[in-house]
Parts: sequence; C-alpha cells; structure tokens
Amino acid sequence: MQKMLNVALPKGRLGEKVYDMFEKAGFECPSIKENNRKLIFENPEKSVRYFWVKPSDVAIYVERGVADVGVAGKDILLEYTPDVYELLDLNIGKCDMAVAGKKGFVDDRNKTLTVATKFTKIAKSYYSAQGRDIDIIHLNGSIELAPILGLSDVIVDIVETGTTLKENDLEVIEKFQPISARLIANKSNFKFKSKLIEQILADLSKQIGKKDD
Amino acid sequence: MNFESVLRPEEIAVFTLRALYSKFGYVQYKMSKFEEYDLYVKNKDFLVSDNVITFTDTDGRLLALKPDVTLSIIKNSKDMPNELLKVYYNENVYRVSKGTRSYKEIMQAGLECLGNIDSASITEVLFLAAKSLDLISEDNVLEIADSDIVSSVLDGFEFSEFNKKQVVSFLGDKNVQGVNMVCRAEGLSQTQTDIVEKLVTLYGSVDEVLPKLSCFAINKTATTKVKELSLILSDLKFLGVSDKICVDFSVVNNMKYYNGLQFRGFVEGLPDSVLSGGQYDKLMNKMHKKSRAIGFAVYLDGIDRLSKE
Repeated sequence: MQKMLNVALPKGRLGEKVYDMFEKAGFECPSIKENNRKLIFENPEKSVRYFWVKPSDVAIYVERGVADVGVAGKDILLEYTPDVYELLDLNIGKCDMAVAGKKGFVDDRNKTLTVATKFTKIAKSYYSAQGRDIDIIHLNGSIELAPILGLSDVIVDIVETGTTLKENDLEVIEKFQPISARLIANKSNFKFKSKLIEQILADLSKQIGKKDD
Repeated sequence: MNFESVLRPEEIAVFTLRALYSKFGYVQYKMSKFEEYDLYVKNKDFLVSDNVITFTDTDGRLLALKPDVTLSIIKNSKDMPNELLKVYYNENVYRVSKGTRSYKEIMQAGLECLGNIDSASITEVLFLAAKSLDLISEDNVLEIADSDIVSSVLDGFEFSEFNKKQVVSFLGDKNVQGVNMVCRAEGLSQTQTDIVEKLVTLYGSVDEVLPKLSCFAINKTATTKVKELSLILSDLKFLGVSDKICVDFSVVNNMKYYNGLQFRGFVEGLPDSVLSGGQYDKLMNKMHKKSRAIGFAVYLDGIDRLSKE
C-alpha cells in the first residue's frame, strides 16, 4: 500500500495559498475547496491527507509526527524551536518581527525596559544580545494596547503593513527579523516517506524559483 | 511460564538488547543512581537538557540524579588507551520532558567502547546499533555521518567560528537556503558553495551516497576522512546491515564533544529518534583521558507507544 502523506496547513489565507502550491505540485485534493466545516481532507489517489490547524500549532503537529510536513511561520519556529527539518522558505506570508512604541518614544537606558509581546523567547534573545535589561509582559493578543495604556514601554510583534500601528499612534522602532512561511518536516517521518517529501520539495522549490524570476 | 506475556515491551527490549551486547563481549556496567553535581556543571553542553535534579548528601556534598550515563562511565573507568573496554548498561536517567517542562524518568540502554578504538571497533558498534534497532522494530533507519568531513570542509574554506556554528545549525535543519546565505556571507565561490550545500542535499542509502562522497575530498584531511567513512560503510554492507542505513550529514549537531562518526536511529511510528550515539574523543580529552571512545544509547521510554499502534 502506498504511504499517505499527512500535511498540516495553517488555517486562513496563508494556508489557502499554501494549498494552491501543493495542488500545483500535483497533490490536489478537490474536496478541500468545498465550503464546509470539515477539518480533514483526503485524496487517496494522490496519497495525500490535509488538515487545517491553528497556525501556531502546525509545528507541534509536525514535531509530534502526526503530520509529516506542514507550513509554519519563521516566528513560530524561532519562538518554540521545534525539533523539525526546515526544508524550504516558501517566500510567502512575508512580514517582519519588530520593536514598536508610541510615536517619539526614546529608550532611557537607565531604566528597565518593559516589553509586551506574544513572542517571549524572541524578545528575550533580541534584548539579551544587546545587553539590555528588560521586563517581559506576556500577552496573547491586542499587543498594541500595551504601550497606549502604559502597560509597557514597547512591544515586540509581527509587522506586515504597519496599518494597525499607525491607526493607534504607534511606530516601528526597529525591524530585526524577516519572517516568512517555511516548509517543515518531522525528522523521523522524513526517513520513511522521503520520496514523497522530496517530490513536493523539488516542485515547490521550482515554483518559488519561477516567482523570483 | 511465558515471560513475554507479563513483561512490558520496554522490559523485553532491555533483555534482548542485553543478550545481544553480551554476545559481542560487552560486560554490564552497574553504577550508582547518584553522581557528584560538579561533573555535570563542567560538561553542561554535553547534556541533552540543562536541568539536573540535585540534593545535598549527609556529608554536605551536592549530588545529582544522573541525567546521563556516558559521563559517569568515562569518569569512573580507568584510562587505558592501549586496551579496549567494552561495557553496556541499562539505567534510568532523569531529564526534563519538553512537553510538560517537568522531570521525567527515562529508561535507557546502551553501550560504550573505550580505549584503543580502530575501524573494526567502530564498525562493530555501528553493527550493534543497527541490530538494536532491528530488535525494536523492523521498519527502522540508522542515519550515519562523519562530523570530521563537515569540519574539514568548513575549515578548508576558512569559515569563521561563528559561521561554522551557523552552517552546522542549518545543516541540522536541512535548511539549504540558510547554508547558502552563510556561504555568500563568507564570500565563497559558486563551486565552493555547491560543495557546502551538498552536505545538506546529499543523503540516502549507502549505495546511492558512497560513489558521491568524493565531492567532499577538498583537502588532505577531508580526503582521509572520506576514505575512512567509505571503508566503514563498505564493511557494514559486507556485514549485511547496510540496507537500513542512510548517510545523512544533518545528524551532525555537537562538534564540541563529538568527532568522527555520529549516528541516530529512527523507527517508523515514533516521532523522535530512539537511538543516538557517536565518537566522543573530544569529550574524553576534555576529561583528561587519552583513550578514544564511541558509544550509543537506546531510549526505551517511547516503545510502549509503538506496540499499541
């Protein structure tokens, strides 16, 4: 029996783009386009099974091996450092990890800097590389609120267009890490399904190469 | 009475592994549950996890519950560079589990070969690693690489220490674009970059990789190392265990303590490696021993999951 390739896709616009790339690579699964609430989609003819998961959970599904491959943002990989192969930069979902604060904010190095963020680990390593003493406030969403209400001096968050920041009177202080979507694979499953994974990897690389030209 | 019906899968594995190792002349190494904490402070990077359970003994010494077996064996065995010490063990170690972030007892079996290591003893250890995997599951892969090939290629192209570490980290992730980026930062030519990228892209069965290994023979050291690896792979082929062996340089991860061969074993159905090992002459050196050494550990805690599926 042909082995099934299990793919974890991040729910949302990025996931749909990724699916289109997989479809072009010859791993189509038409039922995924049906408008319903199903989470798992299979196409036995192409030996592929897709499932939608929360974007920040993709790496967990892959690390634990229930998904052979998946697509996760570089931010998630840096924050959770899952033990997976990072096979390809898909060049989509591009944005930056950045420090932002209220307009005109000047960092007073005599004081401990308070940083609100969802990405505790990334923020810690960014500031420790500069030897800056900080206090971290971990938030799960609406990070932009923190400096406005005085909860923190700055935030460390993903910035795509900067519109949310602008509308809230905030500005980017420094962009320090480019982020994009990556194709990741479970290290163990890679050994047992290497032919299938290599096939996808080769085709996706070709698609990205074409886009660059 | 049929013992197999009462024993747990990991217990059966332990007994069959012990039988295998003693058949090849390895003797059991029994050690204390505790070890002086100092040993782990000095060799922190060698440990898989940073955290160690410590307590104060009645005489005021700070002790630890073993997070690792290899360090204790090195510390407690006599340095005999001209002889060969072959030991196996079956011990519990205490490490932090990644999921719960709390301490976990892990049952480990494994073997160490210390002293006058030559290619025959290396081949024997690899053979036993392959056989150990077979005892756990027929569907397995043993990936092998020589870290000396990686370091002699990177040294040959005069990578800075920082960039060398970066390449090794990208190599472990199979991240070709990352490797390419570092090569460009180092100002390497296209031909040189291609060779470094091959460290990521060249992997596969012994038959596939063996004829292509010569691309890494960029200088004298690298040529010697390529020859040595090719010889060992051919020996393993001769011994009939090469069909499940995969040459893959992404296994190279710790160049501070390990040198030469590094290897890791996977079985289908388990997401993490179940076997891990390598040559650790550098660690021996750091612990002021002249002997060379190679060994591996088999992690038995995930095996019960395998039988359920």
